Amino acid sequence: MSRIGVFTCHCGENIGATVDCVKVAEMCKDIPGVVHSVEYKYMCSDPGQRQMQEAIKEHKLDGVVVAACSPRMHEPTFRRAAGDAGINPYMCEMANLREHCSWVHEKGEATTQKAADLIRVLVEKVKHNEPLHPIKVPVTRTAMVIGGGVGGIQVALDIANGGHKVVLVEKSPSIGGHMSQLSETFPTLDCSQCILTPRMVEAAQHPNITLMTYSEVEKVDGFIGNFKVTVRKKARKLDEHLCTGCGLCIQKCPNKKISDEFNEGLGTRTAIYVPFPQAVPNKPVIDTLNCTYYKTGKCKVCEKMCPTNAIRFDQEDELVTLDIGAIVLATGFKLMKTDAFPEYGYGKHKDIIDGMQFERLASASGPTSGVMKRPSDGRSPETVVFIACSGSRDRAKGVPYCSKICCMYTAKHAMLYKHKVHSGKAYVFYMDIRAAGKDYDEFVRRAIEEDEVKYIRGRVSKIYEEDGKLIVMGADTLMGGEPVVIKADMVVLATAVQSNDRSEELAQTLHVSYDSYGFFAEAHPKLRPVETNTAGIFLAGACQAPRDIPETVAQASGAAAKVVGLFSNEELTREPIVAVVNRQAAPVYSTCVGCFICQGACPYQAIEQEEIMARSGEVIMTLARINPGLCQGCGTCVATCRTKAIDLQGFSNEQLYAELMTL
Amino acid sequence: MRIGYYPGCSLLGSSREFDESARAVLKALGVELVEVPDWNCCGASSAHILNHELSIALPARILALAEQAGISEILAPCAACSNRLLSAQQELEKHPELLPGIEKAIGMPYKGSVKIVNILEVLDRLKVLISVLTTAPFRKKVASYYGCLLVRPPRVVNFDRPEDPQSMDLLLKAVGATPVEWPFKTECCGAAFSVTRTDIVAKLSGKLVQDAVKRGADAIVVACPMCHSNLDLRRAEINEYLQKEYAVPAMFITQVVGLALGLDPKALGLHRHLVPVAFAETAGVQS
Repeated sequence: MSRIGVFTCHCGENIGATVDCVKVAEMCKDIPGVVHSVEYKYMCSDPGQRQMQEAIKEHKLDGVVVAACSPRMHEPTFRRAAGDAGINPYMCEMANLREHCSWVHEKGEATTQKAADLIRVLVEKVKHNEPLHPIKVPVTRTAMVIGGGVGGIQVALDIANGGHKVVLVEKSPSIGGHMSQLSETFPTLDCSQCILTPRMVEAAQHPNITLMTYSEVEKVDGFIGNFKVTVRKKARKLDEHLCTGCGLCIQKCPNKKISDEFNEGLGTRTAIYVPFPQAVPNKPVIDTLNCTYYKTGKCKVCEKMCPTNAIRFDQEDELVTLDIGAIVLATGFKLMKTDAFPEYGYGKHKDIIDGMQFERLASASGPTSGVMKRPSDGRSPETVVFIACSGSRDRAKGVPYCSKICCMYTAKHAMLYKHKVHSGKAYVFYMDIRAAGKDYDEFVRRAIEEDEVKYIRGRVSKIYEEDGKLIVMGADTLMGGEPVVIKADMVVLATAVQSNDRSEELAQTLHVSYDSYGFFAEAHPKLRPVETNTAGIFLAGACQAPRDIPETVAQASGAAAKVVGLFSNEELTREPIVAVVNRQAAPVYSTCVGCFICQGACPYQAIEQEEIMARSGEVIMTLARINPGLCQGCGTCVATCRTKAIDLQGFSNEQLYAELMTL
Repeated sequence: MRIGYYPGCSLLGSSREFDESARAVLKALGVELVEVPDWNCCGASSAHILNHELSIALPARILALAEQAGISEILAPCAACSNRLLSAQQELEKHPELLPGIEKAIGMPYKGSVKIVNILEVLDRLKVLISVLTTAPFRKKVASYYGCLLVRPPRVVNFDRPEDPQSMDLLLKAVGATPVEWPFKTECCGAAFSVTRTDIVAKLSGKLVQDAVKRGADAIVVACPMCHSNLDLRRAEINEYLQKEYAVPAMFITQVVGLALGLDPKALGLHRHLVPVAFAETAGVQS
């Protein structure tokens, strides 16, 4: 026979005002198995907890029901107290009198009766409770950071400086990301590369960081602390150890007319190339789609020129599997292209460019060496129109969200243009100016007041080309919707920030949730912004939502702190609320019939196949087994199991039936 | 192919040639037109501003009559008519609570089963046949002008790309014409100001005529009676406003297709235009 104690809490007036707690405590004394029932003003207070602990010892209780607030609030408190008093913490349950009864009902007899019923249900549950023990899992103290932009670099450096190993995976040939393409950064106008490249070099030289550039994550198995990640190292077509980065191959490559991704199509590159001079690592790759040798079987000029014989035309992609304890996603964003806008000519006008193309035009390392030249004819543009919110906040044709960075970079662009072309005219069409941030609004005011950028509040309905000029037709909504027509030489669209290519695919590989726009979803929008719903996988930067550099770096350090915190233990402790497939003695072994319907239903890939073997090594049957490290205790498998072979620990079928039958 | 036909008022009045050419072309393509019996006004440009119920009831009666006549698909060549029919149909779909009142007003049941199509949709369906039957390719440079009502509001008409429509351009290519790249495909012609404020029409349509000519168009091709009126009937005002003598003809798409099919210009009503449909020998025209 059980010896259960019931402790009813008044929660001050919260429960006490509507539920007659004294009466409830009296009623509970009559429940079979209950040997002790008391009420107290605040059970969660020190004296309250002590009272419970003393009762456990004095009455030799083997189970406890605390009738108080939500288990979300105080279950850990009472379970700890129960544990300290010498019983298994999981023999302590909470009846939620506050949220489920007193807060939602009027004072009265029925309310008091319901409170007693709620307790009776939990008493029945506790009678069927089994002592449970937290699950311990070992931790591999190596982190993987996916994405080598400023966010990924920051995460990697912070974790590495915390004393742990980091593998930094980047899909392109160099780390640096979008920030390496920027000319200058708001709100200080300091050169982007000048502040980024030292970080890139630091990451490359850090003893705890392994760089894997030109590599992509293919497969992720395992669980928090114990991931197995397969990375595809794409063939650079050269031996990285022999290559000295002298660049002779690049100079001599005869194929020089390939559209340059780093310069956003505004410049050209060779078939063997490094994306930009400050690339880390400074080792070229061969673009096999455009290389003459791969297209015609002839050329090999680079091979002949290479002083260290590093070129390897027959090099293949390599798959590497790594043991990883935590993963940080920092895969960044992409910009909507100018061809997404029918009213602006579907991208057919060369002088209508996007924000990133303007960065390259303004950059000293760009295709024009920082001299303002419009793409179509290389002339210096005398009038430039900047259009904010191109595609953002546009439910009809674009995305409904605000891309967040455009107000600031548009002000910066207009300013940079005016600094380069003093006589030029810069116009900005905007909807609102969202310049919230340290020194941000001051920066926009500076563009308007000191650099005389003309801000026009209104949308542009159409741009067309006439006699070599772009006719921009807009409205000034602060002047009563007056039509505005500007004959411009160049138009810069601040196009919407979108989730990166293949981000949904990556999310599926990692079992991380994402929103309808492909941005990775955080575990809680306010309180868990750098974690995902999958334990051990974290987020940094614009892969989660549009972000600027300061925010990305801050979030990156936050994610790094989470990883370092995780790595501070040798073992992870997890709640034992996990599903278990029953096991019995031979010859039954289990009621599981091995249909594996549960395997498809499990959202966490926690269900494995286990072969039951005879001593001879012969496989007798294949059964489902649940990996307690991966199981999140959702119970989906329990519901799908045809033979009721699976039970959720702490919420077994038996417990739930007992609860229902007592009502 | 058998299809319902709702000409509307314009096609019996100011744009008779649209009616004549549509009937002639569709006959040549083997399409049988079944005119909706006892049809009435669609509400045009005034009903929907003055009385919401009336603006639904008028098109609803036309559609109900079509249903009674066993018509499953109805062609309304006039862009305003097809726009009003579609708007009313969708309004009744969205607000079924309006239906009893409307049925009482029109004195007959309304099911909403008729599909409404415009002239470009019908011709587009027959594009392969048209290009096969083309005997006199229309080797001219053309500015295809869609105006506002065919493509807007996009959620109602759900037709072509609202900012840069293509269907007429492709149709014109199929009969041998070369559509010019021009930015004013859906700009305003002045619409119903044709009667009350000809000065506004002169300014807005003038912009269209001027740009079409500048980009080398031999003809402006339209699919809306109102557009045609403004570009043809108001050419004198346009020319006076621009202080130039623009002679570029405005033609209905059905007339262009009809000419390509080798139909008699008179049967296509070409003689009814105020700006004569005549082409100067222009250089640079693809042949």
